[in-house]
Amino acid sequence: MRHLMSPLDFSIEELDQLLDLAGDIERHPEKYAHACDGKKLATLFYEPSTRTRLSFEAAMINLGGNIFGFSSAASSSAAKGESVSDTIRMISCYADICAMRHPKEGAPMVASTVSSIPVINAGDGGHQHPTQTLTDLLTIRSLKGRLDNLVIGLCGDLKFGRTVHSLVRALARYQNIKFVFISPEELRIPGYIKEDVLEANHFPYKEVERIEDVMPELDILYMTRVQRERFFNEEDYIRLKDFYILNNKKMKLAKEDMIVMHPLPRVNEISVEVDKDPRAAYFRQVQYGVYVRMALILTLLEVKVC
Amino acid sequence: MLNIGGLHEGFVLDHIEAGRSMEIYQYLNLDKFDGCVAIIKNARSNKMGKKDIIKIECPIDQIDLDALGFIDHKITVNIIQNDQIIKKEKLSLPKEIKNVAKCHNPRCITSIEQELDHIFVLTDPKKEIYRCKYCEEKYRRKKK
Repeated sequence: MRHLMSPLDFSIEELDQLLDLAGDIERHPEKYAHACDGKKLATLFYEPSTRTRLSFEAAMINLGGNIFGFSSAASSSAAKGESVSDTIRMISCYADICAMRHPKEGAPMVASTVSSIPVINAGDGGHQHPTQTLTDLLTIRSLKGRLDNLVIGLCGDLKFGRTVHSLVRALARYQNIKFVFISPEELRIPGYIKEDVLEANHFPYKEVERIEDVMPELDILYMTRVQRERFFNEEDYIRLKDFYILNNKKMKLAKEDMIVMHPLPRVNEISVEVDKDPRAAYFRQVQYGVYVRMALILTLLEVKVC
Repeated sequence: MLNIGGLHEGFVLDHIEAGRSMEIYQYLNLDKFDGCVAIIKNARSNKMGKKDIIKIECPIDQIDLDALGFIDHKITVNIIQNDQIIKKEKLSLPKEIKNVAKCHNPRCITSIEQELDHIFVLTDPKKEIYRCKYCEEKYRRKKK
């Protein structure tokens, strides 16, 4: 039995197979409509999330399976003080697979050590968000046709943004990737990502403060939101939240085939005028998220569809 | 020169970096230990200039050498039985340590679930970096 805690849990070959499967689901959704008949997905969301939870639920429904769960800690036994380990032991009796989001880092890993069903990390604090990374990889591979030889700019909250951390780790396994980190000094990419992932593997990267300075060289611009819930201090949040806003003026500096990605939800970091630009890929990304979660559920449940 | 008597059974932790003996004393929970412990600070050393030494009188299965390797793998451990050094143990960096150090990341699951073991994994042997098994926070050693 396998779990998914980090995007690195899959080898590059396994990842290719997963993304191929997601691609086949996109082309032939009817083939998979009953692949999980009779199976149940539990969505254990200890903190609010619309997109990720609904994406998991849509994925399981598309596969013919059923869903149940909770969408905040207040409506779970955690409010009564139940441990993550006890909750997952109980859920293992009800469901075939579960997706867990938790504000505390490492909670899904704790669950995986005692669970008798596959556990998917659906986001743990500021740590990992592997299914967003799988979504991002599928989006990049589908729209750029490759996962190597890319210049990727990551912009906004790079310190607390778990989607960024996961994506950097995942892309650092491919050839000739150049990372450009665009953020204010307070929200720079953490040292451990630079030391352990980039410098240890001799990946070129640079850190800049102005989005305009690097726009022409990017193949992908990955925007992120400054997340209120990751700050201890409201003052810092208010000061930094509007630091980088993407608009049509900045888009004019970009390559014709650059794509703009965003894990969503956005607040105001991408102006709505950019939505009409064909390079805006963030809503297509949401659709890819459903396909890749369908592929993941099938893979972890070891369901084969001929 | 200060004279401290020999041990019948126990450990002499030698070549401790000068000034770190109290840190090791605390890691090994010697403050809660009932036996005889001697701490020698700033002893003269040909190799190190100055060093600390800890002598602990106890049964020889009572100290977690893995934990000691995590704290400082350059320490020499002399194991004493029947007034004789029966072994000089060379320490190495353990791959994993359990409940020796606490994760101080306030966002880590161990910060709210008290029954969880605090586990650190050696992620970079060259740089001697340990990370929390759950949240991957780097372990930061206390400053002298």
